[in-house]
Amino acid sequence: MPKPFNKLTAIAAPIMRSNIDTDVIIRIERLVGNSVRGSLGKWAFGSLRYLPDGSENPDFILNREPYRGAEILVTGPNFGCGSSREGAVWSLQEMGIRAVIGSGFGDIFFANCFQNGILPVVVDKEIVDSLAADIEATQGAGRLSIDLEAQTIVSPSGKQHIFEIDPRRREGLLQGLDEVALTLQRDDEIRSFQAADRAARPWIHFARPSA
Amino acid sequence: MEKTGRTMLAKIWDRHVIARLSEDTDLLHIDRHLLHDLGGSRGLLNLKSKGLKVHNPELTFATPDHAISTAHGRAGTSKIGQELLAALRVETSASGIRMFDVDQPGQGIVHVIGPELGLSLPGATIVCGDSHTCTHGGLGALAFGIGSSELTHVLATQALIQRRPKTMRVKFGGRLPLGVTAKDMILALIGHIGAAGGTGYAVEYAGSAIRALPIEGRLTVCNLSIELGAKMGMVAPDEKTFEFLRGRPYAPEGAMWEQAVAAWRELPSDADAVFDREVLIDVEKIIPQVTWGISPEHVIGVDGCIPDPGNVDDPARRAAIETALDYMGLKAGALIAGTPVDWVFIGSCTNSRLSDLRAAAEIARGRKVAAGVKAWVVPGSETIKREAVAEGLDKVFTEAGFEWREPGCSMCLAANGETVAPGQRSVSTSNRNFVGRQGPLARTHLASPASAAAAAIAGAIADVRTMGR
Repeated sequence: MPKPFNKLTAIAAPIMRSNIDTDVIIRIERLVGNSVRGSLGKWAFGSLRYLPDGSENPDFILNREPYRGAEILVTGPNFGCGSSREGAVWSLQEMGIRAVIGSGFGDIFFANCFQNGILPVVVDKEIVDSLAADIEATQGAGRLSIDLEAQTIVSPSGKQHIFEIDPRRREGLLQGLDEVALTLQRDDEIRSFQAADRAARPWIHFARPSA
Repeated sequence: MEKTGRTMLAKIWDRHVIARLSEDTDLLHIDRHLLHDLGGSRGLLNLKSKGLKVHNPELTFATPDHAISTAHGRAGTSKIGQELLAALRVETSASGIRMFDVDQPGQGIVHVIGPELGLSLPGATIVCGDSHTCTHGGLGALAFGIGSSELTHVLATQALIQRRPKTMRVKFGGRLPLGVTAKDMILALIGHIGAAGGTGYAVEYAGSAIRALPIEGRLTVCNLSIELGAKMGMVAPDEKTFEFLRGRPYAPEGAMWEQAVAAWRELPSDADAVFDREVLIDVEKIIPQVTWGISPEHVIGVDGCIPDPGNVDDPARRAAIETALDYMGLKAGALIAGTPVDWVFIGSCTNSRLSDLRAAAEIARGRKVAAGVKAWVVPGSETIKREAVAEGLDKVFTEAGFEWREPGCSMCLAANGETVAPGQRSVSTSNRNFVGRQGPLARTHLASPASAAAAAIAGAIADVRTMGR
């Protein structure tokens, strides 16, 4: 069950390159196996964070103070495009990220964020750029605040921006709701749908395996 | 209110609504759930740990593809790959889920076997823990990739909470020129509207050039929807679709077939349906495409020049081009054709079907892979492999110097140790040219199967139209 998300005031790091894909966020070989969770934080952004010899790349923002302690990423367009690997979200979470702000995200990455209690905020590109400029003006020391209940972001210089979010998604994050448990409460509806659908579209519904 | 026509998306979507959860979010029934070795056993174990059972094992199917080796005898499958395969066997068997195992007809890349087995049907909702699930939309299904949490949700409930996407129609008009393929059509579209052009949309591909495509080509077009940013892509079913599906193992038969086809004929968007966005592409202007950068939107015609960041005013775009050229080791302004290559990979859920192998073999026949180039052909499924062998395609490839391998995902995502070495250049028929996608520091150029075969023979990126038969 995801942890609830309400308010967050934290260091934010701008990673403004467009099309940062899920392979860049976490390489596939880190995700091969049934017990990878807990080991992913240090591999997030591996190709940007480490040099070919394995040492830290000092030019990458998350290797610099104070950004090393960032809990918010301000991202370029189409962040999280590519694969459905939820490991991309897990790896960000394991390195301490709790919210991402951008002008648009990969659709599946976006959905995966909510499943893990990470808040993805979509705002106009002008606002993203202004947030990044504000953060850089404080050399990262200024904190960025997000209030999910009020749907506001306050930049380090005090500029307030309103953001839109699907009310259902917002409620889910605020309460840390477990979607599986919620849907299972509707199991009678699912079963009656299936019974009616079996009559209407018999080619969809195969015989159940004998117990 | 005036009644307007309905899109195919609306027709399929509405048919699957179990409960309306908000103005734009529904609980949808999922008709087919496909599992693979990378996430399948994890999902089933996760379900077990919650004390839950698979809601409809008979609507769930599994096959290993991602983490198995494609070497003969599956030699070289990593220890962890073997463990995942073993866990998939144990957990699917315990849950009553049909698994198509290695060396059995039915095994293969999950997006190749769905259509091949007739599991993927028009009007069906299909999900899989893999973003290229959009492939199945080529048959007129509503198919999309999901993450691990949604995968567990579907196992537990056979349903999924989804927000209704916006709708986009892309009309491909005209007739495809010689040497230009479905892969080139979709790459050209991505180049035209960008890798985020489809974000938030379900895309319907239409127009005379889509109608003219065989089903395998439509699957290729829909496969790259996610590279366009759209998690769903679809093509309206037609007589070709029905002929493709007729007689397949899981397709309906007899009176039920007739009933199904009658329902499928109702699926295409109404003539007066309104889409949120419309895009027109004239396919007669498309030439064989090849990517030059690290996003699928970094694509040009094979006769084109590599972009010069010096000619770009926008600083963000200029920086993006510089980053891409630096990673790819390419010279701004140079012709892309003639760029020497080290590797050629023909395979993946994009381009590993029989027609893809035939197109590549047509170029390879009687020729030799250039010295210094390693070239692999990885058929999409066990069945395709056997059909290709029966036609002698394996011989065409091996005589030309290609390596003929066992079905699986292989070098498309490099989850199984099958990688391009750092700094080496690959022409690949797969779907992603991301940084390190085919291995750390590997440089990937996406192209069609015929173009990839041409590159293998030439030892460099080449215009397949000059190598036709």
